[in-house]
Amino acid sequence: MARVTTGITSSHIPALGAAIQTGTKGNEYWGPVFNGYQPIMDWIYADDNMPDVIVLVYNDHATAFDMNVIPTFSIGCAEKFEPADEGWGPRPVPDVIGHPDLAWHIAQSLILDDFDMCIFNDMKVDHGCTVPLSMVFGEPDKWPCKVIPFPVNVVTYPPPSGARCFALGDSIRAAVESFPEDLNVHVWGTGGMSHQLQGPRAGLINKEFDLNFIDQLIKDPETLSKMPHIEYLRESGSEGIELVMWLIMRGALGDKVKDLYTFYHIPASNTALGALILQPEDTAKEPLDPRVVHSGHSLEAV
Amino acid sequence: MTEKKKERVDIHAYLAEFEDIPGTRVFTAQRARKGYWLNQFAMSLMKEENRQRFKADNAAYLEDWNLTDAQKQAVLARDYNAMIDEGGNVYFLSKLFSADGLSFQTAAGSMTGMTKEEYAQMMIDGGRSPEGVRSKKGGY
Repeated sequence: MARVTTGITSSHIPALGAAIQTGTKGNEYWGPVFNGYQPIMDWIYADDNMPDVIVLVYNDHATAFDMNVIPTFSIGCAEKFEPADEGWGPRPVPDVIGHPDLAWHIAQSLILDDFDMCIFNDMKVDHGCTVPLSMVFGEPDKWPCKVIPFPVNVVTYPPPSGARCFALGDSIRAAVESFPEDLNVHVWGTGGMSHQLQGPRAGLINKEFDLNFIDQLIKDPETLSKMPHIEYLRESGSEGIELVMWLIMRGALGDKVKDLYTFYHIPASNTALGALILQPEDTAKEPLDPRVVHSGHSLEAV
Repeated sequence: MTEKKKERVDIHAYLAEFEDIPGTRVFTAQRARKGYWLNQFAMSLMKEENRQRFKADNAAYLEDWNLTDAQKQAVLARDYNAMIDEGGNVYFLSKLFSADGLSFQTAAGSMTGMTKEEYAQMMIDGGRSPEGVRSKKGGY
């Protein structure tokens, strides 16, 4: 049977893609960010860690969905998804290859589990989906595994509650576990951490909030899932609301998890960046060494 | 008789709280409706042929999009705060600043009253502190 072995969180900001594209990922500004991701890349290519399929939770940034269609939770069930042209031409990365059998299985299972999913086939994927793949897999000619795009609306209010996202993750896990094929499935939650991209308050970063969020995500996600939207907005900036998507990943891992790796960095363009590897405790592997890496402004090297 | 519904959220109170955050306009349904054509105009710039037409003559291109005069002026002036006041959303508007060759950081910084350099430096120095900008009423 298929099983959810791993949850990964990642930033998906377009500037990371631009740094790769312009060959500046080793410079003084971006170097520490890519260094912080290197252990994740090393880990995923090592041993038998490579997933067969990733359920990649992200928000479409007004790309596939404009004001005409605003699905709260949607799932891409097609054979493949091309990178979108977001205004500067499509990102020069491989097409995302889907897993229609598993995607349709998850979609059907979620609907029967009271999550009224929106199903997409003809859909282009934006930086929200492809930047995390680039950060974790580098620049291969084709992505090393299948990917099921799972867009969540966090743009037009109201987005789903943290509790709903957390419960959805649990349902995704149940759906994966009822798929007969033996597959290693990852669930990735992307976006965040604290950031605000609009208005006079743009540039907000809240290190204390972010580090506490990571801690609670690992240890007490149920309490964290009850945090209302207004608190995300006040504390982590208007675009910090993306963090509700991390709760979908966390919900898919069960009650107890082991944190294999935590990377936190300030700043990446307008944002604070968090990248984690988590696994269900009962099947978790050894943590990475070092297990925690903090870099950037006012963050002590651990 | 259906099962008793869980405690419901008061949508009016939910929305009202957003107005208490300084320097922030949350993309509510009200703003989404006001900005419908402004945002759809921005989406159109995802096509190269449209970008070319827009770059050739901004004002003429905008005539196709059912925008208010205030929305047109905001776009022509590249005043992102004004565009957001007129119902624009930054992820839609990103197609406009991307077509102009500008980054998210440049666009976001342009809304703060700081120069591009000052804003970039603020981010390197750890970003804007949440102290004092969480709540208008609460002042914390």
